[in-house]
Amino acid sequence: MTVQTEPATQATALPAVHRGGRATALGLTGTAVVLLAMAALPYLVDTGVTAQLVKLCYLVALASMWNLLTGYAGMMSMGQQAFIGLGAYLLFVVNDHGLSVYTGTLVVSALVALVAWPLSYLAFRLRGGYFAVGTWVIAEVVRLIVVRFDSLGAASGRSLSDVTADPVLRRAYTYWLALAVMAAAVLGTYAVLRSRLGLSLQAIRDDDTAAGSLGVNVTRGKRIIYVTAAAGCAAAGAVICVNSLGVASPTQIFGVQYSALMVFMVVIGGIGTVEGPVVGAVAYFLLDKYFAQSGVWYLVVVGAAAIVVSLYLPRGLWGTLAHRTGFAVFPVRHTVRFRAAS
Amino acid sequence: MSTPLLEVDHLAVSFGELHVLEDVELSVPRGQAVGIVGPNGAGKSTLLSAISGVERASAGAVRLAGRDVTRTSAAERCRLGVGRSFQIPRPFADLTVFENALVGAERGAGLRGAHAREHSLRALETAGLLGLANKPAGSLPLLGRKRLELARALATGPELLLLDEIAGGLTEAEAEELVATVLSLKESGVTILWIEHVVKALVQVVDRLVCLAYGRIRVDGDPHEVLASDEVAEVYLGGTAA
Repeated sequence: MTVQTEPATQATALPAVHRGGRATALGLTGTAVVLLAMAALPYLVDTGVTAQLVKLCYLVALASMWNLLTGYAGMMSMGQQAFIGLGAYLLFVVNDHGLSVYTGTLVVSALVALVAWPLSYLAFRLRGGYFAVGTWVIAEVVRLIVVRFDSLGAASGRSLSDVTADPVLRRAYTYWLALAVMAAAVLGTYAVLRSRLGLSLQAIRDDDTAAGSLGVNVTRGKRIIYVTAAAGCAAAGAVICVNSLGVASPTQIFGVQYSALMVFMVVIGGIGTVEGPVVGAVAYFLLDKYFAQSGVWYLVVVGAAAIVVSLYLPRGLWGTLAHRTGFAVFPVRHTVRFRAAS
Repeated sequence: MSTPLLEVDHLAVSFGELHVLEDVELSVPRGQAVGIVGPNGAGKSTLLSAISGVERASAGAVRLAGRDVTRTSAAERCRLGVGRSFQIPRPFADLTVFENALVGAERGAGLRGAHAREHSLRALETAGLLGLANKPAGSLPLLGRKRLELARALATGPELLLLDEIAGGLTEAEAEELVATVLSLKESGVTILWIEHVVKALVQVVDRLVCLAYGRIRVDGDPHEVLASDEVAEVYLGGTAA
């Protein structure tokens, strides 16, 4: 076949391949600075501000997990609330057994990962829209099982039994916990995407038949992400539980509105980018902060934002910017650099 | 004689009541290049899919170097050395051309780091796509997508290369270059099974030609003899030209 645009390529001299290079170091340094500044906030501002930021942190974590599932592995889940709820409820169990809510969050994510593993065998029997509905059904079943336990408050929710007594300290700890969960979700997503698994996942998302024919173990890749996203959502669920000192009602924590929220944030921010869910979560956080008191107008504004972005910026806010400028805080693309001589 | 690289044994593929392949027998020794011709709907692509593991055999067996792979996944067969191109290209649209090849190098050939990158670049070079390495694969026109199919299959480091209509739509000069490329692959020891309607390109490469029609192999032998056979004339011209 003809060799296009690169005439007389020597058999020995191949171009170099770059992956972000200095931009990678810059992005990670910038992220570290932002995270450190955020970590210092309890010393600088009053607890009202950090209390609001707790919500932003778990929103970012949730959005990142849904993006990992759908934007990178092509699994459209409508049932992540199963793991949010399980995370919150298992925190009662480990807390009752004497673990602090902070280490408890870590333990709970691991436990939920263990639950998600067998559930994936059930969920993976379905595809596309059926998978979405199937995951929702699984979430409902998990809720129905959880409310059968009187020790967990049955159908009426319950409070955490053992939390830090001092309110100022408790709020600071809660905020740091939320911050750590967010950082783990975002940087964890980035680490996955930079790994060999990340490239295979994107291949699976774009065409799983072709991915299989190129040697990608499609089911294994999907399963790893399904379990990871479950663990991440469980950590977010535990944060939600710690933040409100318990669960108000099982229908709320197992509610499908969490899935709707995740779709909204990821679509607004930009699906299939590491930065998109962060931007989407910030956008939702601001909409929520300034319009939540406006009654029905709140839903009008949120709905209008979703419609406008999907019509005019189908790549989302960050996705559009990244596409137009090639800019990335977390670069994952491989770039082949040809020598200047051509 | 040593074990053939590929053995297809009484293979059948059915979709419900539709029997696409019936009782197909094919044995390809290592290093041979075999062409497959036949009318549309004869089951040619399905045969490649059954060999590469994309479609399941309803009966019969597929063996690679003597090993039964009939129940083995496509991914595993790829790692065992089967590389394929799809007739209707299936690019990873949101990945770059280079990254498309890299998937094959990392997963199919099992390479890592610099080795995988170099191997991918060589595959792109062979397929004539190196200059487009940074383009999103979804932006390639049809011809580019077909080349990408070849590049990705090569990136998996195949012992057995399954090609499905990669010459259609090429100009005379491009077809000649493609023939040279496939010939050089053959000389490097790759075993090739090539479906192609551009018979002129095919006969320059293959040692043997198989004619498939209505899900069965009708003729199998020397390319020129097969093309001159009554069966091929009958299959293509409906028996009126005998």
